[in-house]
Amino acid sequence: MIWLNIVIQGALVGGFYALFACGLSLMFGVLKVINLAHGDMAVVAGYAAVFLAPRLHLPELWSFLVVVPVFALVGYVVQRTLIQKSIDRDPFTTLLVTFGLSVVIENLLLEVYSANGQTVNIGSLIGRSWHPASIIYVSYVSLGVLAAAVLVLLALQLFLSKSGLGRMIRAVADDQEAAQLSGANYRHIFGIAAAIAFATVALAGIAYGMMTQFAPTSGGVNLLFAFEVVVIGGIGSLWGTLVGGIALGIAQQFGAHINLSYQILAGNILFLLVLAVRPQGLFGRKNAVS
Amino acid sequence: MSGPLLQVDALTVHHGQLCAIDDVSFSIDEGEILAVIGANGAGKSTLLRTIAGLHHPTSGSVLLDGQVINALPPNRRVALGVSLVPEGRRLFSSMTLEENLQVGAYHANPGPFDIKRVYELFDWMPSRRKQSVWQLSGGEQQAVAIGRALVANPRVLLLDELSLGLAPIVIEKIYALVPDIIAQGVSILIVEQDVSQGVSAADRVHCLLEGRTSMTGTPAELTSEEIDRAYFGAGLSSTMPESGAAS
Repeated sequence: MIWLNIVIQGALVGGFYALFACGLSLMFGVLKVINLAHGDMAVVAGYAAVFLAPRLHLPELWSFLVVVPVFALVGYVVQRTLIQKSIDRDPFTTLLVTFGLSVVIENLLLEVYSANGQTVNIGSLIGRSWHPASIIYVSYVSLGVLAAAVLVLLALQLFLSKSGLGRMIRAVADDQEAAQLSGANYRHIFGIAAAIAFATVALAGIAYGMMTQFAPTSGGVNLLFAFEVVVIGGIGSLWGTLVGGIALGIAQQFGAHINLSYQILAGNILFLLVLAVRPQGLFGRKNAVS
Repeated sequence: MSGPLLQVDALTVHHGQLCAIDDVSFSIDEGEILAVIGANGAGKSTLLRTIAGLHHPTSGSVLLDGQVINALPPNRRVALGVSLVPEGRRLFSSMTLEENLQVGAYHANPGPFDIKRVYELFDWMPSRRKQSVWQLSGGEQQAVAIGRALVANPRVLLLDELSLGLAPIVIEKIYALVPDIIAQGVSILIVEQDVSQGVSAADRVHCLLEGRTSMTGTPAELTSEEIDRAYFGAGLSSTMPESGAAS
């Protein structure tokens, strides 16, 4: 029963990790940009949900209805201006620029909202859970986040494989030059991909704020987990991202079961094992890395 | 139509310090086939990539219908009717055959070609449309690359090294399609290392040597000695085999 609980709790956390990581995976897969500000974007979304949604007389639970579209728009604009400018220089510049962005965001948040922890207030829902067996509690919030992750990945999968625009995004990811020769405006496609990535990370940031406390510096550690998820699952595979998230979540729960201080260590060991045994990730294509 | 469809005027292109194309001019009329031949490194691919918008000229211009299109990115040129089948085919490797064609058709101009028409042109395609393109042979991949460019309904089709890495019988099959394409009013600019293929398919031949024009003419008025000299440079032709092909 204890083991079943570890798997269930791990899968629930894993849903959040997958939701958090899929934007990172998309940005890298399509734009070849490693967005070091990814975690901080999520934190900004959390603050937006806590401080801006009430001004619109919107319950914080439903704040994503506003924050997510706004983030998509911001993602498109930031891509077409700041990130595209750095891509045009060279790939290394994008690392510097997104790192700089991360520093700026963290310090702005500290300046404006202080270092106090915040949570997205969802009322009594936070304490409710489903209790199927003696020691197993399934939190409705975590279950909701896992469901959201599956829905988002499903929608993204359908969009990329079935729609014309999604196909163009994959074409640009495969071969940018050949996509241009097929009529794609790759800058616009990059913008769309960034918009999707920002929208998903906003959703993840709000979900994080519902599950636990966050502060201006919370982005970094989550970014690390997101990297691990993408590597474990395999770059460019959406279902890999979900499986990678759940695998990381279970590994961490397993570590925590042995000793609470082993929680993060166990996740890192899984990450290193995958990197050593299967560097392309569980669902990655072998040539995706090259 | 009064003037030429596509015109290249005093075009000079540099790769860093290297001058890849040096003061090259030519034009193509509607429905015409021009073959640009030349040895490895003569600047043929650079020429096509510059026309398609992937390289920027140092000086000179590319004109379509008499309008300078130097500043337009590749996707805008596709919209105006300039499509390149790039060297090495460059298919979208994570996609199926049909998806590759769908990408080409997404920003298509109106015209005679669509995916159905391409399937008629290559009758083996419909039964294999769900296959990943990496499962196809080199010749089949080349056919998909041509199909992907055709569904955009170009007015001028740029073909870069169609024959590269393909068996002679496969090359013959692909060149057999050229009349079908021309019949739809499409002009073709072929770049070839394989002189015999290029020359036999073309209305006119333009030979490049180290980035400069070394010869122009129609296949009928050119002797193989003239072609050899233009292809390899002066003095070399007498020591070269009769065919003059580099391969």
